Amino acid sequence: MAVARYIKDEKDQILDVILESGIHVKPSYSPKDLEAIGFSYEKDLADPGEYPYTRGIHALGYRSRAWTTRQYTGFGTPQETNERFKLMISHGQTGLNVAFDLPTQMGYDSDDPMSEGEVGRVGMAVDTLRDFEIAFKDIRLDKIGSGLTINAVASIMLAMYQAVAEKYGYDPKVISATPQNDILKEMIGRGAWIFPVEPAVKLIGDTIEYSMKVLPRTNPVSVCGYHIRESGATPAQEIACAILIANAYIDNVLARGYDVDAFVGRFSFNLNVFGNMWEQVAKFRAARKLWARNLKEKYNVKKPQNLFLRGLFGGGGYGLTKAQPENNIMRGAYYALVAALSGAQTTALCSYDEAYTIPTPHSALLSLRTLQLLMDEMGLRDTVDPLAGSYFIETLTKEMEQKIEEEMDNIEKFGGIIKGVSEGYIQRLVARQAFEVEKGLESGELQKVGVNIYKEGESMEVELHEYNWESAEKQIESLRAVKRERSEKDVARTLKELESATKDGKNVMPYLVECCKAYASVGEMAGIFRQIFGEFNEPSLF
Amino acid sequence: MQNRKNLKILIAKPGLDGHDRGAKVVAQALKEAGMEVVYSGLHRTIEQIVTIAVQEDVDVIGLSIMTGAHIPITQKLFEKIKEKGIGDKIVFVGGVIPSGDISKLKELGVAGVFPGGTPLAETIQFLRSISKKG
Repeated sequence: MAVARYIKDEKDQILDVILESGIHVKPSYSPKDLEAIGFSYEKDLADPGEYPYTRGIHALGYRSRAWTTRQYTGFGTPQETNERFKLMISHGQTGLNVAFDLPTQMGYDSDDPMSEGEVGRVGMAVDTLRDFEIAFKDIRLDKIGSGLTINAVASIMLAMYQAVAEKYGYDPKVISATPQNDILKEMIGRGAWIFPVEPAVKLIGDTIEYSMKVLPRTNPVSVCGYHIRESGATPAQEIACAILIANAYIDNVLARGYDVDAFVGRFSFNLNVFGNMWEQVAKFRAARKLWARNLKEKYNVKKPQNLFLRGLFGGGGYGLTKAQPENNIMRGAYYALVAALSGAQTTALCSYDEAYTIPTPHSALLSLRTLQLLMDEMGLRDTVDPLAGSYFIETLTKEMEQKIEEEMDNIEKFGGIIKGVSEGYIQRLVARQAFEVEKGLESGELQKVGVNIYKEGESMEVELHEYNWESAEKQIESLRAVKRERSEKDVARTLKELESATKDGKNVMPYLVECCKAYASVGEMAGIFRQIFGEFNEPSLF
Repeated sequence: MQNRKNLKILIAKPGLDGHDRGAKVVAQALKEAGMEVVYSGLHRTIEQIVTIAVQEDVDVIGLSIMTGAHIPITQKLFEKIKEKGIGDKIVFVGGVIPSGDISKLKELGVAGVFPGGTPLAETIQFLRSISKKG
């Protein structure tokens, strides 16, 4: 939450600044610092669009194309979500980012006893293809891309997205979905996991392999340092985990005999923007460089465009506070500035009321306008990587690069990311870090406006998004109607085929698409996986 | 209150939500304050939480709820602990709790509500005062 530790003397003069990743910031920087780190323009930076892409993946940056804005949206029934999608598009939003309710994320139908009280609460409820038909009605799926924020059952949701597109007459080749589909990070933070590590990673491999062949414009994996950071990781740990997690998915697909250049170019990243702004900018620049180098040196990736770290840099949820919630509007503006200065391809902001509730139309629109202001009013499209060449930023970028590599080495020494997640090593590391931050806030060593400094001021009532029990009942009724109308024979057949394919270790994607088209439910499909794979056994932390 | 030196507390994550930063921070803080802590892990049903509470013979149950479903979940917990004959356990709640709901939770029988942003010292102080009362 707080951005650095400040060591001060009794006159409030700053003696030292220690960034979260452990880097000390000096009072000033000069060419001598660049000399000391052996800085080379060609090797460390190069022009924008040139390897190692520290300055950005496109030569012209936002001149050629402004970022895509993708506010996280979805609640209640598919009908309500469809209306909110259209509202955001009418306000100039350029991509969708679908929020699913917890039962859907966890592979339960709306009428499952496990779903009670959660249907449509934190996102849209999806039981069958009928729900996607309603949610994406009148949305140009060939023009607008959709982020699908779901992980454990991302394979099912991607299959359903293809099914709805085909139903509305789109060729699967023209649609662009970005399922989040990063299960290892769910096991570190966020917690929406179902299956054990091995089959869960295999499902991700299936979606990558399938997209390569059938959904060429889809980005099958969005690797999320984001939630690992939200859970307590430092910025350096965030990137270290993200790169190692991405490598685990690459390894799964390589083991199937594919050429890395055939799929890795569709990977994207979701990274966090809260924290010390200099540290974040340096983090993104170092991350681009390290990802490109990792692909080139470790995996022998050939095509330059496959080396790009394309990312959604945004969110910043942990940086927002419940105290003095309107301050979050200003925080959001600075976070967005960080994302723009860092060359984000896609962005989204947490809304100011998210410490309380899911955003109202008003707060979601404020977030969108914040992003639009930067691009169209403040000059962030003028030139690429405007901070390049700063003695400070270049020194810090190099130091971040080293820190990230150190963190990667630590995880590798433990036995790698898969072992680290399976045995709870990473989770313990992150939980410990989160506790240290809280202690820092309590001791005052870390500062947060409205929380431990400048606490005066009026508290504010936030308009809450009320849970709608009626919507939940409507959703259950709609599921029952679909179940009455669908062909049980087709459902039984497609589910049976899915079951055999899963047992035989085949790629499940084509079978899931057939299940979706027969209106099999998410719970029925996930139920087959549950039965065959079992569930992840959460390592004990304390 | 059981006749033992340290307070024993179950920190539980009911329901499908997996946001556990807060629960884990509180668990670590209570441990460091000398209390005995049992962490339920994620995705627990109320039945499972009550079973753990009985098996571990805890003094206090802390629920961490971030989804907005705190009222129905807490209601259900009280029904179940009464059913299992451990209705005397002290219950506290943390998470994303709008201020308007604090009194509603207290009416249900919750002894303390600690929304996100509450200083850890406050939660620790609350639990210490409870243990003295016992």
